[in-house]
Amino acid sequence: MGVAITGMGIISAIGHSVAESKTSLLASKSGIGTLKHIQTKHSGLIKVGEISLSNADLTIQLQLPEDHNYTRTGLLGLFAAKAALKDANINAISQYRTGFISATTVGGMDMTELYLKQFATDPEAQKYIQSHHAGDSTQKIADALNIIEFVTTISTACSSAANAIMLGARLIKARKLDRVVVGGTDALSKFTINGFKTLMIQSDELCAPFDADRKGLNLGEAAAYLVLESDKVIVKEQKTVLAYLSGYGNANDAFHQTASSENGEGAFLAMKKALKLADLNPEHIDYINAHGTATPNNDFSESIALQRVFGNHIPDFSSTKSFTGHTLAAAGVVEAVFSIIALREQTIFPNLNFKTAMPETGLQPVTSVVKKEVQHILSNSFGFGGNCSTLIFSKS
Amino acid sequence: MKNVYLHSAVSISAQNTFDSDGFLEDIISVSGSTVPAKYPNYRDYISSSASRRMATGVKMGVSAATKALQRAQLGQPDAIITGTGMGCIEDTEKFLNTIIDNNEEFLTPTSFIQSTHNTVGAQIALGLKCKAYNNTYVHAAVSFESALMDAQLVLQQEEARHVLVGGVDELGSEIITHMRHMEDANANGIQVPFGEGASFFVVSSEAKSNAIQLVDMAVCSTVSENTIQQKLNDFLIKNEIQASAIDVLISGRNGDAFDSYYNNVSTELENATELHYKHLIGEFYTASSFGLWTAYEILNRQDIPKDLIYKGEEKSEIKYILLYNQFKGRDHSFILLKR
Repeated sequence: MGVAITGMGIISAIGHSVAESKTSLLASKSGIGTLKHIQTKHSGLIKVGEISLSNADLTIQLQLPEDHNYTRTGLLGLFAAKAALKDANINAISQYRTGFISATTVGGMDMTELYLKQFATDPEAQKYIQSHHAGDSTQKIADALNIIEFVTTISTACSSAANAIMLGARLIKARKLDRVVVGGTDALSKFTINGFKTLMIQSDELCAPFDADRKGLNLGEAAAYLVLESDKVIVKEQKTVLAYLSGYGNANDAFHQTASSENGEGAFLAMKKALKLADLNPEHIDYINAHGTATPNNDFSESIALQRVFGNHIPDFSSTKSFTGHTLAAAGVVEAVFSIIALREQTIFPNLNFKTAMPETGLQPVTSVVKKEVQHILSNSFGFGGNCSTLIFSKS
Repeated sequence: MKNVYLHSAVSISAQNTFDSDGFLEDIISVSGSTVPAKYPNYRDYISSSASRRMATGVKMGVSAATKALQRAQLGQPDAIITGTGMGCIEDTEKFLNTIIDNNEEFLTPTSFIQSTHNTVGAQIALGLKCKAYNNTYVHAAVSFESALMDAQLVLQQEEARHVLVGGVDELGSEIITHMRHMEDANANGIQVPFGEGASFFVVSSEAKSNAIQLVDMAVCSTVSENTIQQKLNDFLIKNEIQASAIDVLISGRNGDAFDSYYNNVSTELENATELHYKHLIGEFYTASSFGLWTAYEILNRQDIPKDLIYKGEEKSEIKYILLYNQFKGRDHSFILLKR
């Protein structure tokens, strides 16, 4: 059956809660627009999935002291992780062995890029020296939630959060933990905007995943977490299970540092592994939340991998990055939350901005909100360095 | 549940640990703010065209990984798991400074591409054409331990039989200078240089004669000085071993105020000779992977280099080694090995 999911929390460009996210998804309402919070030369040339709350807004909502040294990555993470615990009705954290596993790619870069040249002399800026490394946001969130046992951070580029969810499942299965909060957080930064700019894979329009004329991705920012709990806790506390994580797979494309292979080998292997672990056949999958970044390379490679796994019977699929933008390390868990909403609502969500199928494959994603029976959902997350991960969520 | 064994251990450090067949015989004295690793001749492990694009951490990681696989006579691992505290900080600083200096213009992708934390694991996979499980942990002083624990889990849950696992960090230049500055402003700060290095291991569920067993490990974010002994005892009880059976304690002492944690653990282990190593290689987030390398060598050779001894006697027979590390009172880890 898999590992039980009992809570979730999220903040992204389409909402500051699970309920708001659901409303946006059901209304086909994208959160992608013009960049506001970051000063960059490129702001007129890109579209982003930015969260409307400023750092000051988040500080007030989280009731933090004004002189804190949280980075935006940490603020967003704490916001979503708190919501996940609340959703799972967890108050006494120390009642069970609880862990925290968070994913990030930028870590404290949003502050480092602002203050790097002031670190030597400005005592106000110096508080951000220690917040640069990737573990800092995780540590702060764990401390704020009073999680004192196993705490760690994963960074495998855009597949990071999927791997955090996977590790959480292993720790529950190994009985090393009774309960674990898993997910990820990434804030937009000048560093990543410029990085993707050099790769020439950012679109100046709204991204159009799987479209023949797709021009590239829109970056986004988000944080989201799931609460996984052992069967023992579920029975003892009579918890409501939102969904089950029934399968997971991780493989490497071993093709190129940033590009995906033409035959989608890494993606193919990750999906195969996940199906095997879930003990499901391809025909059992009712919907695929694709990685679908809207870059020419990813969407082609992923389409080929889908054809290799599912043959001529590719299930309904869409990329919800057309709603949120590509939220990098958080993408895997943002899309996990959307998959769980889909299972709960028995509804699948559209791939926005799609017009024409790519000629190489002819694949047509779902382009409207569709009510249907959904038992199993497969969700893909792929990243730089060939890191490919697949998760399968099943109805409770 | 499957047992977990170490089949090989390789380390690049500020000491002559990579090219030498000896074991910390010709000690190089280290001092100052930072200490770089003694780099191997990379040409033996990486093609010169590939090497030219790689930053220090990637070169150290790929070389140590390659040699660890050779030592274990393993062509393809079933998983590649790395840990790094600061990630690819050289390329990160390079790309960031180009953004600042050129006001976001004339940027090239190379340093951005190689700034992602998973670059070492990715380059190892790419070099081996290894499509197996691949993961990277980036949580300060338990980055390596998280990787090792993941290796233990995939072996025990039979997702893999042979895992390549390693810890790697490079110094970089700018952030480390600021970190040192902050450290030196504190009288009770870290008393050893900041360092760098890469240690890689093949861990396996396959028993070999005289193999070193990774009995168990524990990682914990928050423990007080007063409760660390209880944590240790819980760990030993879980593994059904008496405190008196531990022959050697390898501690992560770095001379700062938090060394009191090591004192408290040491007191519990009456028969253990206590070793330290950060005075030889410096402090960095994955320095503890060097500690595991020394443990592996000591159990294999049944010999303790005198420069490692912090307290106690040289031992004639060494069966159990416990490693304990923490960083500023956070991120505690125990690793128990048995020969």
